[in-house]
Amino acid sequence: MGIVETKDLRFEYIRRDEEGNVEGITKAIDGVSLSIKKGDFVAVLGGNGSGKSTFAKHINAILYPTEGRVMVDGKDTSAAENTWSIRQLAGMIFQNPDNQIIGNVVEEDVGFGPENIGVPTEDIWKRVKNALKTVGMTKYSKHSPNRLSGGQKQRVAIAGVVAMQPKCIIMDEPTAMLDPSGRNDVINAACELNRNEKVTVVLITHYMEEVIHANRVFVMDHGKLAMEGTPKEIFSDVDKLRELRLDVPQATLLAWYLKNAGLPIKDAILSKEELISELKRIKSESFRLKNADSIISKYLREEKSNETKIVKDKKPLLILDHVSYVYSKGTSDEIKALNDVSFSINKGELIGIIGHTGSGKSTLVQHLNGLNKATSGTVYFDGKDVYDKDYDMRSLRFHVGLVFQYPEHQLFEETVFKDVCFGPKNMGMSDKEAELAAFAALRAVKLPNECYYASPFELSGGQKRRVAIAGVLAMKPDILVLDEPTAGLDPQGRDEILGLIRELHDEQGITVVLVSHSMEDVANYVNRIMVVDDGKILMDGTPHEVFRHYEELEKVGLAAPQVTYIMNDLKKEGFDLSTDVTTIDEAIPEILRSYK
Amino acid sequence: MLRDITIGQYYQADSKIHKLDPRTKLIGTLVFLISLFLFRNVTAFAIATVFLVVMIKISKVPFKFMMRGMKSIFVIMLLTVIFNMFMTPGDALFKLWRFTITIQGLENAVYTAVRLIYLIIGASLMTLTTTPNQLTDGLESLMGPFKLFNLPVHEIAMMMSIALRFIPILLDETDKIMRAQAARGADFEHGNLIQRAKALVPILVPLFVSAFRRANDLAMAMEARCYRGGDGRTKMKPLKYTVGDRIAFLILVIYFAAVIAAGRFGLI
Repeated sequence: MGIVETKDLRFEYIRRDEEGNVEGITKAIDGVSLSIKKGDFVAVLGGNGSGKSTFAKHINAILYPTEGRVMVDGKDTSAAENTWSIRQLAGMIFQNPDNQIIGNVVEEDVGFGPENIGVPTEDIWKRVKNALKTVGMTKYSKHSPNRLSGGQKQRVAIAGVVAMQPKCIIMDEPTAMLDPSGRNDVINAACELNRNEKVTVVLITHYMEEVIHANRVFVMDHGKLAMEGTPKEIFSDVDKLRELRLDVPQATLLAWYLKNAGLPIKDAILSKEELISELKRIKSESFRLKNADSIISKYLREEKSNETKIVKDKKPLLILDHVSYVYSKGTSDEIKALNDVSFSINKGELIGIIGHTGSGKSTLVQHLNGLNKATSGTVYFDGKDVYDKDYDMRSLRFHVGLVFQYPEHQLFEETVFKDVCFGPKNMGMSDKEAELAAFAALRAVKLPNECYYASPFELSGGQKRRVAIAGVLAMKPDILVLDEPTAGLDPQGRDEILGLIRELHDEQGITVVLVSHSMEDVANYVNRIMVVDDGKILMDGTPHEVFRHYEELEKVGLAAPQVTYIMNDLKKEGFDLSTDVTTIDEAIPEILRSYK
Repeated sequence: MLRDITIGQYYQADSKIHKLDPRTKLIGTLVFLISLFLFRNVTAFAIATVFLVVMIKISKVPFKFMMRGMKSIFVIMLLTVIFNMFMTPGDALFKLWRFTITIQGLENAVYTAVRLIYLIIGASLMTLTTTPNQLTDGLESLMGPFKLFNLPVHEIAMMMSIALRFIPILLDETDKIMRAQAARGADFEHGNLIQRAKALVPILVPLFVSAFRRANDLAMAMEARCYRGGDGRTKMKPLKYTVGDRIAFLILVIYFAAVIAAGRFGLI
């Protein structure tokens, strides 16, 4: 008998109108039967709306099945008398780090659970100390949670559950709102918990890299169990994974492409090390690709057609000239957020600004549209000094449209259409002009027509984000700046938004600045990358130029795309190939060439 | 601007006052505040001043830091003083057009001003030396008897402590939303009163939506960690009176007696 057993679990969300009549029923979980063994590390994968979060909440007795049964450690969750013992037995970590910390001091938050279940005072202290040690947060025990990074907050939340001494921890997308280093810390904490304390871990996620640590994977789709197996078994079916809107690690994807091209690579490659040893084995067996030239040329041609034509106007549109920015100047907590930054943005460029959380990239982009005023240095737009006292600062905000992180949090109007009209109306457009601009913008972001007059709060996460982008686009900016536009989206939502941004650039000729912490996202889409670290521009060049310095990137907590590492490692193993590769499309013909 | 509010701030220092039980500090502050309204003569006033100055010295909180909170109440203070000066009937000191300043009025104004200042300093001395958590714990414990009258004491304390945790988060969020709307051309600085009030809608709606979402998430997270009200809960940091508290109470009683005695027999 497993620690968690579900039998034909069904759950329905019932929507009611104001009079309480049933408006509609959404089947969130539709007949799931599974069993999780004690001590396992289990991953539950699925896109947004697959029912994976609803499933997680059943294990913790926050939701009860509409039909079927959920048993945790032999106890039925539907029985009211079991609720509290199940919640203590199966702790839960949520997605948003801020909204699950109750205490005003780290140690007090960790003590919250034990207090609730009536643990004597001295024992609480012991448990809190142990829990904080387990997640490596001992030195922050007296800190305020507001001062911690997202990853640290999640680790505090894990400690809070560990202190209740559960047999099982359910983590509901714990890394969705974190940057790469925070993500690593949280996953490592979960792995250690599983290994050292023998706690069963159920990790709900849409990041494939995190699944590799699991010994069992469940893939959910539309409320049903779509796949089940070990990570190796799951990853061997790349076609199906893609159909289910899931992402595949670059090494796995590259292996899959190479296999399709004719290389005898075994199924289910999980890591770059595996891929490299496979490629070495094939080479040592002196395997030769038949019709190598025609196959390679096919991939080369495809690559060329993917390349974008950019009309590069050499005239700089926006110039930052020795810009520095200091927070709380003159006080004890003075912070230099930007330090002598100079660069120019030319018309028609598609630029990626990359840096980890706290590098100053968000402060930087707020200088582009004048929301932040540089402490020293100047910004020129279209040849004019924007800090000149005759310059209308507000007009700069219309020329440089800035889409904030989680932009859907700023929607406020009754209908989508009205919300998109907000910007144009602020510009002083007549109602008619504003409506036309709004229509054009909504069409450009490809929002389905029936959503135009819906309330923005009824839309899905990806749709809301489109509306928010349309709200800025409707102002017809010359430069569109997007701060982390893919944060919190599932892989397909991410690809859709990035594809949309690329299209806006290619078809409408808008200059785009894309801010991100994900190298892999950016490498595929932009023509120029700026790396920001510690308030300075560390590198500025084409993706190829920047990723050539992948070792320097690592020093500042960033990483090149996985393909770049694979190519460099292959070269070290004696393969004769160019390491100047940033995308999978470029890597395929390069590797194939070694087997001519 | 929102960040300038210092009321309720905590000043980290290692002092005898910081180490006192929050209940002692709450009672002490209450007694001090009451004492302020019991005297009307210079001797008692001098005793209160000495008491307050000594307490500030012991607390190791810089005087300058305390005065920061005074700015916000300056206008209220000025108004009270002016009203007192002109509205108190008595012997005319001098006339200003139709208004008369009386000796009694001037006296009243001075006392009111002093009381107000001492009141604020006394209250902020407590908040500066007590963490918000200790404060809510202290309040919960002191209000314990009210449970008999069905007052949800534990829930009130929990609400206060959650509010304290989320104030900085919501302030940050407000700032972010304001910037996001400004990026869409929203104008908060110009226009008449109605236009400005209207300009708040794009800030308030997202802020409320977010606050409700957070409240919902937090409630779920608390339930998931077995929270079910105050019954059967143990305390990680239970309140305990120590020798220091006994001494503090002794000093408090002596002070209170001295003020009353001075109020009755003192000069002027």
